[in-house]
Amino acid sequence: MPVVNSKRGNLLRNTGFYIAAFITTAFVATPILFALLGGFKDNAQLRENALGLPNPWNVENYTDTLASDVFWRQAFNSALIALATTFIVVAASAMVAFAFARYAFRGREVLFTLFATGLMFPFAVAVLPLFIILRTMGLLDSPLGVILPQAAFGLPLTIIILRSFFRAIPGEIEEAAVIDGAGPWRFFLTILLPMARPALATVSVLALVGSWNNYLLPLVVLNDASLWTLPLGVDQFSGQYASDTAKVLAFVMMAMLPALLFYGFAERHLISGLTSGGTKG
Amino acid sequence: MSAAPTTSPVPPVERPAGRDGKASRRRPAGRPGAGTLAAFIAPGLVLFLLFVLAPIIFAAYVGFFRWNGLGGPPTDFIGFENFANLIKDSVFLGDLWRVGLIIAMSLVIQLPLAFGLAMLLHQRFPGRTIFRLLFFVPYVLAEAVTGVLFRLIFSERRGFADSLLASLGVESDIGWLSDRSLVLFVVFGILTWKFFGFYMILYLAGRQNIPEELYEAAAIDGATNRQMFSRITLPLMGPTLRITIFLSIIGAVQLFDLVFVLTGGGPFHASETMAITMYEQGFQRNQIGYASALSIAMFLISFVFALFYQRYVLKRDLQGGLTGGGSNGGDR
Repeated sequence: MPVVNSKRGNLLRNTGFYIAAFITTAFVATPILFALLGGFKDNAQLRENALGLPNPWNVENYTDTLASDVFWRQAFNSALIALATTFIVVAASAMVAFAFARYAFRGREVLFTLFATGLMFPFAVAVLPLFIILRTMGLLDSPLGVILPQAAFGLPLTIIILRSFFRAIPGEIEEAAVIDGAGPWRFFLTILLPMARPALATVSVLALVGSWNNYLLPLVVLNDASLWTLPLGVDQFSGQYASDTAKVLAFVMMAMLPALLFYGFAERHLISGLTSGGTKG
Repeated sequence: MSAAPTTSPVPPVERPAGRDGKASRRRPAGRPGAGTLAAFIAPGLVLFLLFVLAPIIFAAYVGFFRWNGLGGPPTDFIGFENFANLIKDSVFLGDLWRVGLIIAMSLVIQLPLAFGLAMLLHQRFPGRTIFRLLFFVPYVLAEAVTGVLFRLIFSERRGFADSLLASLGVESDIGWLSDRSLVLFVVFGILTWKFFGFYMILYLAGRQNIPEELYEAAAIDGATNRQMFSRITLPLMGPTLRITIFLSIIGAVQLFDLVFVLTGGGPFHASETMAITMYEQGFQRNQIGYASALSIAMFLISFVFALFYQRYVLKRDLQGGLTGGGSNGGDR
């Protein structure tokens, strides 16, 4: 820490800090406040009183959104796809990571490198051939057509994070379990996984957020509007009600809300996952 | 920048696993048979081969055909013609130029901004936790939803952005998203809004891993703040800086969601990215062969860059990645 002795230096330092922090806060918060408050205005207010508080507060756009089947169906689709993706990617990755972390076998290095190279495949590169493969498999217009590829693309990072966590668990614990007669499956399910709960939480949060926010894959896979997820729905809604900005803003705000709440709730796991994603090797 | 699944951007700082033999030394007496091992690995491997590897290989194959994607497998083999057309395609060349521009702006503006804020928020001020939480918020939002929001903010005919400028005394009627020479800078501004918090968090994590004792010792030796910054902070943040540069570049190469929703790549391709060109060729014009060739070009660009970067820039950081070693339990 820089040592600042004089009171004046301290004051300058504090002022500088808060000026920078508040400018950045304004930069970050303005667009979100625009959506939040804009949803409480009507379109005349949005034109005449773009910057002020709503007057009068108009809750209709929000209540309309909350009362609409479309919003809830899309939220449900998003949640279903996110939960299924997370379950599959975490379960499959934990098993692979367990084998990589705890056992030596021929071909382990090759396999691990194969999975790790997956990190370098940008999703956009695969989406077109993926579309054709999914079409051949009859998975278009099915939630599985989104879930399975998302889970597959989540494998590399999840395996890498879990593997390094599993490796850190002392071998003695496994030896004790083996002496007590536990086979690999029992050790994995009843001892290792419960011990790895923090790491599992971290990778689950990453998978959930990634799936919740995904746009490109649902865009090409899901044609049937009843299957759409929120990101697709928001885009479509904004086109459908292009002349009713206030209505769209309320819908946008409601679509952002789950992510914001989830962030508030799981901030620690999300951030540790993102920083460790680049860290763990 | 961005990555298709929000949370995937992680560099290949991985090192082949067992050269140190640690895992094998830990192997207990009860060694599982080949069948058990296969059962552990099979689900993940099948998923990976089917949905990650197969598409890439398939794209490499289809890239050599003229194919509209319909009526059975591709048959009209045309060799490298798709690729030859690609490097003559002014839209694709424009994509490369725009990606370069976005990368340059990211490295010169976005990352330094995030770095500066991280240094600021590392210091102990009342309220710094709240600021840190807040600055990260845009990163959590879906790119597509962000795109819709900013499309409304920058709408024509006195949108919110114009009203905001008017309140500052600047009367404007700017075609934020319709002016060909402006749109890419607006996109960059939005990308900065969306992603600086992510880089800030990485820098904060990197900064927190530098032991405070180093600064205390330097202070005792009479080092100035500036010296401490250039001799301790910067060098020890090296791995983090190199990783963020990597993520930023890879993210820019695959940029899609936000720009596609915001502008669709327009006006007149002025904000188009490689992934958008690929989407248009492949999904809207059914030029599957050509779009596959474009996919492969994208893949080669990121792959060659990743290998090069890993070989020459990240080589010293391979063990610890972001936070410079020691933080990752098992590996050393």
